Amino acid sequence: MRARFFRSSSRIRSMSVNSTSLSSTIDDDNQSPKGLAALAGRMWAVLFLIALIVFFSLVAPGFFDLFNFQAVGANMAVLLVLGLGQTFVIISAGIDLSTGFVMGLASVASALVMQSLTGYPLAVIIIAGLATTLLIGIAAGAVNGALVAYMRVPPFIATLGTLSIAEGVAYVLSGGPPVSISTRGLGFFGNGFIAYFHPEAGISILGLPNGVSGSAVREVMGFFPLQVFYIIILASFCGWLLGRTRFGRHVYAVGGNPKAASRAGIPLAWTLFKIYVLCAVSASLAGFLYVLRFNGGVANAGDALMLSSVAAIAIGGASMLGGEGRILGTVVGALVIAVIQNGLVILGIDPFWQYVAVGAVIIMAVLVDQAKGKFLS
Amino acid sequence: MTMLTPDTTSHTTKQPASIVQGPRADGQSPVLRCRKITKRFGGLVAVDQVDFDVYPGETVALLGDNGAGKSTLIQMIAGVYRPDGGVIELDDQAVDIRSPLHARDLGIETVFQDLALCDNLGASENIFLGREIPGKAYGMLPGLNEAKMRAEAKAVLSELHINIRNLDAPVRTLSGGQRQATAIARAVYWKARLMIMDEPTAALGVPEQKKVLSLIETLKQRGVPVIVISHNMQDVFEVADRLFIMRRGRAVADLRAADTDANEVVRLMVG
Ligand SMILES: Nc1ncnc2c1ncn2[C@@H]1O[C@H](COP(=O)(O)OP(=O)(O)OP(=O)(O)O)[C@@H](O)[C@H]1O
Ligand SMILES: [Mg+2]
Repeated sequence: MRARFFRSSSRIRSMSVNSTSLSSTIDDDNQSPKGLAALAGRMWAVLFLIALIVFFSLVAPGFFDLFNFQAVGANMAVLLVLGLGQTFVIISAGIDLSTGFVMGLASVASALVMQSLTGYPLAVIIIAGLATTLLIGIAAGAVNGALVAYMRVPPFIATLGTLSIAEGVAYVLSGGPPVSISTRGLGFFGNGFIAYFHPEAGISILGLPNGVSGSAVREVMGFFPLQVFYIIILASFCGWLLGRTRFGRHVYAVGGNPKAASRAGIPLAWTLFKIYVLCAVSASLAGFLYVLRFNGGVANAGDALMLSSVAAIAIGGASMLGGEGRILGTVVGALVIAVIQNGLVILGIDPFWQYVAVGAVIIMAVLVDQAKGKFLS
Repeated sequence: MTMLTPDTTSHTTKQPASIVQGPRADGQSPVLRCRKITKRFGGLVAVDQVDFDVYPGETVALLGDNGAGKSTLIQMIAGVYRPDGGVIELDDQAVDIRSPLHARDLGIETVFQDLALCDNLGASENIFLGREIPGKAYGMLPGLNEAKMRAEAKAVLSELHINIRNLDAPVRTLSGGQRQATAIARAVYWKARLMIMDEPTAALGVPEQKKVLSLIETLKQRGVPVIVISHNMQDVFEVADRLFIMRRGRAVADLRAADTDANEVVRLMVG
């Protein structure tokens, strides 16, 4: 009975081409200069960075110097941290316009908390400031995430709203001018080094060598800025998260084809929600680094940096259409911007030219990206 | 058990019941049973009280003109849409398929009409999308077992006689056949208890179409029931045991492939 029902289809099959005999017809034709072009495209920002370093080393006296490089690293910290979380958002085919003012709000709020705790032990002050920072980041990210992921508001609009709210709250809290903190020892966490060297007092770790004071302080050399240490930690964390975990894989999937991602079983909204929270937390941490560095917070601390961070991401090879990008790319992009800024300052060129230079680099980055796309398609 | 002659006049009446039915295998209970399953899009009834069964080991072709509701029907089974009415049973158990993930957890693997691959990811990454194998990153942090996933992807692809040299290359750089094969390999890898393929041969060259048909044969040999949607009559008669025909959201015929021919099927499809 069953045998009759499940017809042996040999009658029809024998009339058609035997399908299994063609088993190797779906073959790979994916060999090509595509691989090379893709590599060049990925390496482009690195090549450009090297070219910039060579150029400034030749024309800007004092550029090629360990201490200058350390300064470049410390100066780019805030910009990079702002860009780390944004990288996830951009790969997911979104944008977070609010990072600059979430950073500003976090800096003001944590500075206010830390200011109010003046007199308490330094550790208490720092932990309270960090907790405030994270709270602001999670709150702002939850608002962005809820709007984008669950209420389907376009990211551009949702985060524009959050930008304005964060800006307003930051100005209301601070009243406008910077909120400064005057706790002894705080500056070390923002501007200190891992190691110090003094010709007479010798080497010390995480603090000036014993017995160095007064004018001798000026003879101390610092090695490995703490700001650089922080960004190495944060960038490594984000690199692991994006490149090596399930969540990271899902970020690429959601940016590449949200429908396919969801049909494969990836929880689309929840993944987007986490991405926006991560981005806002990274923006708030940028605010905290700002507080440590300048011993205070200011509402518009990150105003100009949001776009620079997106520029860093674009230079790093991420696609604004989503699906492509790497943390290492963002690090290289941030370095490119920081090197341009630093080099122009050393050359004594009007600092406003840096905007022109960075703008030109962004446009070049996009053109290279498009050329890459042409090779690949 | 005699062959039923299709009565085409009955389909112009309003009653949804009384479709042309092929004979059933006695004593077999279906893997999938849909009863009066319905889906509306606004005022449009895309699938209208359809009864649809799939028995163990059979390949069912789901046929109908453009817009007949085939994709909508299978997307309800695949967890993309929730039905507005009716019940779905799997192995005699009523299920509420809440999401594509839930459908996959229930053992329903689907190759969607619009492919549903992430073009920016590699073949291996696509095969394991949503079900990545956990492993270690940098030897100590939690991460993904890329090596295992690549090896397994290679194994399933070669088992299906598909050759993709670079499993990491974004699938947008692959040929249509390779992409389709990747989508099918994903469904095959996860040992589906029911496989759904929505126009798996559309937009493929002839050799690649043959390849996909041979993949369906492979599944059939393994006893996996398959629902396949196709507009290509030759394909349909090559692989299907049974034909289920829809017209404007309604089921109009359910026939054994051996008992019918392309002319009759086309006549039923257009009404
Ligand atoms: N998401 C949707 N929103 C509104 N209407 C829809 C949606 N999906 C399908 N439809 C409508 O439902 C009907 C059935 O569509 P469906 O995609 O199921 O047809 P189909 O039989 O798969 O056709 P084809 O052979 O062209 O793939 C069509 O009229 C279509 O326009
Ligand atoms: Mg369809």
